Amino acid sequence: MEAGLLGRKVGMTQLFDESGEVVPVTVIEAGPCHVLQIRTVERDGYEAVQLGFDDKARRLASRSERGHVAQLESKRAKLRAGAPLVPKAGCEPKRFIREIRGSADGVEVGQEIRVDIFSDCAAVDVIGTSKGRGTAGAMKRHNFRGQRASHGVKKVHRHVGSIGQSAYPSRVLKGHRMAGRYGNARTTMRNLKVVKVDAENNLLLVRGAVPGPNGGYVVIRKTNKVG
Amino acid sequence: MSQDIMNLVEKASMRDEPPEFEIGDTVDVHTRILEGEKERIQIFNGVVIARRGAGTRETFTVRRIVQGEGVERTFPLHSPRIAKVEVKRSGVVRRAKLYFLRDRVGKAVRLRERRVDRRKSKEEAQK
Repeated sequence: MEAGLLGRKVGMTQLFDESGEVVPVTVIEAGPCHVLQIRTVERDGYEAVQLGFDDKARRLASRSERGHVAQLESKRAKLRAGAPLVPKAGCEPKRFIREIRGSADGVEVGQEIRVDIFSDCAAVDVIGTSKGRGTAGAMKRHNFRGQRASHGVKKVHRHVGSIGQSAYPSRVLKGHRMAGRYGNARTTMRNLKVVKVDAENNLLLVRGAVPGPNGGYVVIRKTNKVG
Repeated sequence: MSQDIMNLVEKASMRDEPPEFEIGDTVDVHTRILEGEKERIQIFNGVVIARRGAGTRETFTVRRIVQGEGVERTFPLHSPRIAKVEVKRSGVVRRAKLYFLRDRVGKAVRLRERRVDRRKSKEEAQK
């Protein structure tokens, strides 16, 4: 399968490399993940591997969540007798479930996938949900420059400037950047250098920042950036 | 639990025995400098005026006067580029940050010397 894994952002710190240079790193608790399902072209129309990360207490999981990961006793089992059984992972219900696109060669349902799949990988992409900032002005949201502090500017120092012209188009173009909801959106950080893979403690250290708060879930995959 | 993981990660790049000195000490900081292939040791002498941060991020600031101009350098405590920190004198200080030294010039910069070395007395106490 394509190298991909689910994890949790632990936090940032810094390390020293061989030359004594400081390297900023993000610590990600990556895996172990169970393969919950395999998507095939015949059945689903596309190929992917579904992974689950972080156990959820059974009492908190719904019956469908429990049934997704393990074979449950069912009253209607007799009625369905003869129908082929879908393979189940046979693990605890999971909190965070995502699919990694790509062929499922060499992967079986129930298999455990660990960080060592990244051990010969130079760089990864990390996908997470960025920190929500609520309603934010155009300066914070779009890095606009705002207006001057003096020279006749009154009470509009952090405002956007003109948003359109009078004769043409005499309306505001669609998609014009303004203030509004900022953050809490799927964000991908591409081509983050892998600093260290700690298979023993299921840790992945990447250079630089990763979207989301500490404790937030992330998807890690081998980078799709070429060159 | 997250903190445990962070401590584990940071421990790998921390010194087992970080250099020992205190605020107000006059120290020689020996830094390794790479010039092409050759490695050279450079010494920065001055008074430790601050320590901040924790884990691998801990740093200390050394202040000295060069040609009448105050110079401060901040070193990462756990940097492998720091060969050693030698304590030359100890000063009597009553606060953790000696930023008040920045406002002082001339003789006022000097700190009263601490006669009894606290670390030595600690070692003796352990005996």
